[in-house]
Amino acid sequence: MMKVKQESMHTKRVIYKTIVYIVCTFLAILSIFPFWIMFMNATRSTFEIQQSSIGLIPSKYFMSNWKILTGKAFSPMTGFINSMTISIGVTVLAVYFSSLTAYALMAYSWKMRQAFFSFIMAILMIPAQLSSIGFYQFIYRIGMTNKFTPLIIPAIASPAMVFFMRQYLMAALPLEIVDSARIDGSREFATFNRIILPIMKPALATQAIFTFVGSWNNLFIPLILLTNKSKYTMPIMVSLLKGDIYKTEYGSVYLGLALTVLPLFVIYFMLAKYIIAGVALGALKE
Amino acid sequence: MRKKSVSYAKYGYIFSIPFVVTFLVFSLYPIIYTLVIGFTDLRGLGVKEFHILRTAEGNLDLFGNFRTVLKNQTFTTSLKNTIILWTANFIPQIGMALILTAWFTNRNFKVKGQGAYKVLIYMPNIITAATIAILFNSLFGYPKGPVNDFLIKLNIIDSPSNFTLQRWTARGVVAFIQFWMWYGNTMIVLIAGVLGINPHLFEAAEIDGATPTQIFFRVTLPLLRTILLYVLVTSMIGGLQMFDIPKLFLNGGPDQATVTSSMFIHGQAFSGSYLYNRASAASIIVFGIIIVLSIFLFQVLKDKDEVARRKYLKAQRKAARQGAK
Repeated sequence: MMKVKQESMHTKRVIYKTIVYIVCTFLAILSIFPFWIMFMNATRSTFEIQQSSIGLIPSKYFMSNWKILTGKAFSPMTGFINSMTISIGVTVLAVYFSSLTAYALMAYSWKMRQAFFSFIMAILMIPAQLSSIGFYQFIYRIGMTNKFTPLIIPAIASPAMVFFMRQYLMAALPLEIVDSARIDGSREFATFNRIILPIMKPALATQAIFTFVGSWNNLFIPLILLTNKSKYTMPIMVSLLKGDIYKTEYGSVYLGLALTVLPLFVIYFMLAKYIIAGVALGALKE
Repeated sequence: MRKKSVSYAKYGYIFSIPFVVTFLVFSLYPIIYTLVIGFTDLRGLGVKEFHILRTAEGNLDLFGNFRTVLKNQTFTTSLKNTIILWTANFIPQIGMALILTAWFTNRNFKVKGQGAYKVLIYMPNIITAATIAILFNSLFGYPKGPVNDFLIKLNIIDSPSNFTLQRWTARGVVAFIQFWMWYGNTMIVLIAGVLGINPHLFEAAEIDGATPTQIFFRVTLPLLRTILLYVLVTSMIGGLQMFDIPKLFLNGGPDQATVTSSMFIHGQAFSGSYLYNRASAASIIVFGIIIVLSIFLFQVLKDKDEVARRKYLKAQRKAARQGAK
């Protein structure tokens, strides 16, 4: 009797394990497969794609696809440089000023501190896209459309990141350090730049990755502010691939898409461990 | 006698100035500006002057834009679509994420290669949504496209089908893309939540003879409530602003089946006759819906025990303070 029960337990276990691995492997393939087709078709000619649109191995039409792609509206270098400029600007400002604000909230006791923190909690989830009309009108009136500054400067106020940085500081910064810096004659601002920021490096790195990727992928606000082709960011550039000019150029469309995915793939697979740890950390910020 | 120490409090204010100023100028001001425009006649590219909306007879017509928008068929359709698309993506998303969380945190059986699975499952989340939308548009190409080819090869269908012309298929694909981009993120968040639970609780349940299924539903899930609420609210706020995927996948088609409210707002304001006032009114309506739903969710799902505990602690502290006096 006992033996039969044990055996059925054993079979159950094997079935469970098999299902787990099959489903997980299927999901992993589901993540990669569309991108695999994309990268392969980027090197195949339109004719090949029309014959069979799933190519599992690369072909040799990369250069001709490249020529067609860049011969029309799509200019990967411009998009890349513009997106880089904006994303780096946003990341630097967001990370620096969020740390500074978090430090103000954590290291000093001032009358409005608690109120200010509650305020940051309240604005944490404001849906930015829904004030875009007012934002656009404001920027238009001061003549700053087609400039990168209105896309970069707002990053100084990133409530979610202030929140995260504050939690990090609370756990990682003993206030004695600040006191001893004072005794050594360091001024407050210098203490922040020379002592606090280096302590925050791990938090800065995780937040920098997410801010960079988020800014890089942003479409809505750049789309309404940047109308000049020379200012297009990568996601706006991508949206050109859907236009009529690339209608029958399948290979080139895939190549254009591949070019926008490639830098993200490089960042992701280099830093995946930290990125996933960062997502997990963000979840526990309460 | 205590020595009077230097007060550093002013630095708290000074270091907060950049944040506060930037917030006031680039967030609060645009919100108020949007609200104001909603009540005016601002329309037309390059127009800077605007007045409070009046009827043809010259009477004040404060809510004219709101009325027009609410009567607009496309707006109501877009709201309906947004809710359909979000629900159709969120339910499978949270379901799949919970299943994977249960598997990856199973204490009796450690999934091998877990790290690699997580890396791959999370990956679509960091790729540009615009790119993914156009990629899926190409994948669903008709008559020749990878999805059609694949289905024909597997003998699931015998002739190519133009999926992007079928309303519910188009919606299904948009919801699937959203699901596919976000379930990995939700899974990582939930796993972090489970790992944050005190392991003694699981041990105690095991000693009491609870099965893994019982533990998951009776111990893990209730303790994940705060995190589930967080996932639900952030996903809802993001979902109600859905733009990139439906815009670039089928530009709202076929027959307005995938038009979302953000696409409606964008279309009103930045194409055709540049109806900034109506776009603003629509924004405010959506904003209002988000606020109401968020408050509702917080009220329904907030942990009642936790609230009671906090109240109790607060009362105790107050009593202690009064006692000290």
